[in-house]
Amino acid sequence: MEKKLALQMRGITKRFGSVVANNHVDLDVYQGEILAILGENGCGKTTLMNMLAGIYFPDEGEILINGKEVVISSPKDAFDYRIGMIHQHFKLVDLFTAAQNIILGMEEQGRYNLKEVNTRVSGIAAKYGFHLDPQKKVYEMSVSEKQTVEIIKVLYRGADTLILDEPTAVLTPQEIDRLFAVLKKMKEDGKSVIIITHKLNEVLEVSDRVAILRRGEHIATVNTCETNEAQLTEMMVGKKVELTIRRPDPVDPTPRLFVRNLNLYDEEHVQVLKNISFTANGGEILGIAGIAGSGQRELLESISGLQQLESGEIIFKNPKKDRPVTFFHKSMKKVQELGKEHAFHDGNGREISFEGMRRSEIRKLVESGKVLFREDETINLRDRTPLEIRQLGVHLSFVPEDRLGMGLVGSMDLTDNMMLRSYRKGTAGFLDRGKPKALAEQIIEELQIVTPGVSTPVRTLSGGNVQKVLVGREIAYAPKVLMAAYPVRGLDINSSYTIYDLLNQQKESGVAVIFVGEDLDVLLALCDRILVLNGGAVTGIVDARTATKEEIGLLMTRTESREGGEARE
Amino acid sequence: MSKERNREVREPLIHLTRRSSMKPLQAWGIRILAVLLGLLICGIAAFLLVDKLQKNPERIGEFYYTFIRGSFGTPRKAWKFFKDLAILLSIALALTPAFRMRFWNTGAEGQTLMGVLGAISVAFYWGGKIPEWLLLVLMFASSLLCGAVWGVIPALFKAKWNTNETLFTLMMNYVASYIVAYFLVIWVPSGSSNLGKLKYGKLPSFGHDYLVIILVTLLLTAALHIYLNYSKHGYEINVVGESVRTARYVGIGVGKVIVRTMILSGALCGLAGYMIAAGLDQTITTESVGGQGFTAIMVCWLAKFNPIGMILTSGLVTLLDHGAAQISQDFSVAADFPDVVVGIILFFIIGSEFFINYQLHFRGHGKEESVK
Repeated sequence: MEKKLALQMRGITKRFGSVVANNHVDLDVYQGEILAILGENGCGKTTLMNMLAGIYFPDEGEILINGKEVVISSPKDAFDYRIGMIHQHFKLVDLFTAAQNIILGMEEQGRYNLKEVNTRVSGIAAKYGFHLDPQKKVYEMSVSEKQTVEIIKVLYRGADTLILDEPTAVLTPQEIDRLFAVLKKMKEDGKSVIIITHKLNEVLEVSDRVAILRRGEHIATVNTCETNEAQLTEMMVGKKVELTIRRPDPVDPTPRLFVRNLNLYDEEHVQVLKNISFTANGGEILGIAGIAGSGQRELLESISGLQQLESGEIIFKNPKKDRPVTFFHKSMKKVQELGKEHAFHDGNGREISFEGMRRSEIRKLVESGKVLFREDETINLRDRTPLEIRQLGVHLSFVPEDRLGMGLVGSMDLTDNMMLRSYRKGTAGFLDRGKPKALAEQIIEELQIVTPGVSTPVRTLSGGNVQKVLVGREIAYAPKVLMAAYPVRGLDINSSYTIYDLLNQQKESGVAVIFVGEDLDVLLALCDRILVLNGGAVTGIVDARTATKEEIGLLMTRTESREGGEARE
Repeated sequence: MSKERNREVREPLIHLTRRSSMKPLQAWGIRILAVLLGLLICGIAAFLLVDKLQKNPERIGEFYYTFIRGSFGTPRKAWKFFKDLAILLSIALALTPAFRMRFWNTGAEGQTLMGVLGAISVAFYWGGKIPEWLLLVLMFASSLLCGAVWGVIPALFKAKWNTNETLFTLMMNYVASYIVAYFLVIWVPSGSSNLGKLKYGKLPSFGHDYLVIILVTLLLTAALHIYLNYSKHGYEINVVGESVRTARYVGIGVGKVIVRTMILSGALCGLAGYMIAAGLDQTITTESVGGQGFTAIMVCWLAKFNPIGMILTSGLVTLLDHGAAQISQDFSVAADFPDVVVGIILFFIIGSEFFINYQLHFRGHGKEESVK
């Protein structure tokens, strides 16, 4: 098939301060093709495309459209050249309908005729196989519908080149399939579709050609049919990478955290957690899947004491421990009752029986502290603040999704960030920076964090290194429960695998790991069980070794398709 | 490589990029350059506005020399310079803990004035009735208490109902000013609101009247530097200021820290008020603080909330103030001219921060071309 060149980028360079985001990148885009831009996070994919969309202006290089050099200095210029970009974060007015959002900002001749717009929007939707009601308001829409609005907005303006920035990140497997079908239809219609992604399977499934970027440089552009995952990864990372995630068998799984009937309302009195119950086991990784905003953040924050629960219990259970029979059980009756439930022993494996002993003898023995019994320690974390939870001796670590906004303080250096959890130690009013500094040095060494030193503000580190600092600190606390929300978001492949390894190490040492993820492939490969959240409720807990992506995808959207079925079908 | 670039197409004339970071030395170079540039513009403004200069252009050198002379011309002027610096610095220091916490306390004027009122009212009622040393101690306690109360009220509202602290503290200034006016009506039966110098409650002078104030302020600078950087409280203040969510996440009681820090900030303002009352004025008017509570905000910002840096910035502001006053005297210009001079120079200093954070790229220039 004869292909016509639609757009060319020649020697494009873009710098931010001393950082070179794009270094002399060349790129050709043909009409009627799907071009994937593949690269790790931070390799300059989005920056490159933003220069086509008029968000950034290149420092060097030129852009040619249909063979003629053009200058795109604003999004309006981009539209004039029929280039439209669908950004990762949607820019829609919630109170407007789909159609109103689509025509927003257009300066069309003639009267404002919403009816006509509705018809045209429906026409475009039908042509490419979208499902969209033009009169539906944005706040009633699912993420996938909002994305549809963004795409039609671009098509309505007559774009011939569509750029989609990580369009699948927020979609379920079923929605991804639908999106890809639409993209293929656009391609048949002669449009050029550029899709920015870091997911290999999507590249192979949908694209015709792949352009690979690495550290701002264009490595190669290859035909999708002539390549494979291993080759693409190698080009993307720069070296061979083992792509399978290790999943050791659970080590003696013991219940560690019981969550029972959690209900939580947010500030606007909307119920964000609905009757959530599950048990997290030590020695196991429990995955949490769900569309973004299904209550994942609220759930983890509730467990770590950051939310005011409406109802429910969060019980932390320490496994059996020797405890002396002491003042707690001072009354003889209570001691005897305790003896019925738990056998007493002396700590050297010998059982102690009170039979035949006089009361005073028993009392003497108890008061000597030599009578021990084994008991599971259970602590209710409900209505406890994070500080109280710590003071109770519950080793609960939490890697929040907002690393610099919640887990760390961006402007502080590594040492001061290590102190966040432990600075209260000691009675003096002054800080002891010695131990945190040693810890920082140790973590830098063990996790191979790239930093000029311990006194560098963490904000200046790369995303992967920031995450290693955070995870390192949380693991240093020797957690019994480790919760991690999207711990590999924005990380490159190597850093991601380091994080998976760390989580596995924790699991093998008996920690109950709770892993909130967005990539179902990763969840299925790493976790032992997967809990699926949907609109703040648990729609299923599946065995990750046997479950399929489709099964989880259905659980992620089940109630939604029941309620909003009409608009879809 | 852009030699034969198509000139018909629109290319932005200037575009900005954020600098990743700049070496401190380079940044200070830019700041000094900004001050020099500001002084140059001041000279031009002087030519346009000052008659004496228009007639005798050769006196321009004297114009700049007068700046220095205003602060250091005589030993008396030098002492006054350091005294004014100390008062301004002590108020700026008082603001620092609050500002580090991103609590925009614009109420230093009122908090300091309440400190003055606290001291003067004790001296007014008990002066001569109790030993002088006890009077001074009571005045001190009263100043700190009044300042702290004035500071903690907006903090309590902020912690409880998340009210806007900027407006709240600003409004409290007016309340403080009217409370002083009220007491002046009660204390001065003649109705002139002129209390006159009180006989009791004066800080002893060691060598020079201003020495105590200057030494106390120096000690305060060191103490605050240590408190903010090496104490657990200071650490909590920094965390809360940087991210309230991080603070909650690690279990810091945000409301508690806000209230505690504003008690400190207010009490330190009260201390500045005590120095004004017991060390200098021994009287009170509604203008006892004279706007220094607002100037201190700028001193604090210019030094990026760094107590040691504030010695420099308060020195600069005082120098400009005295120099400009001297100019208006020596060159007999309108009393507003000094404000013009101070305004121009501060404009340049604050403007220079833009060039420290951003880089300009001009159309047609290659990659290395940029302006400072």
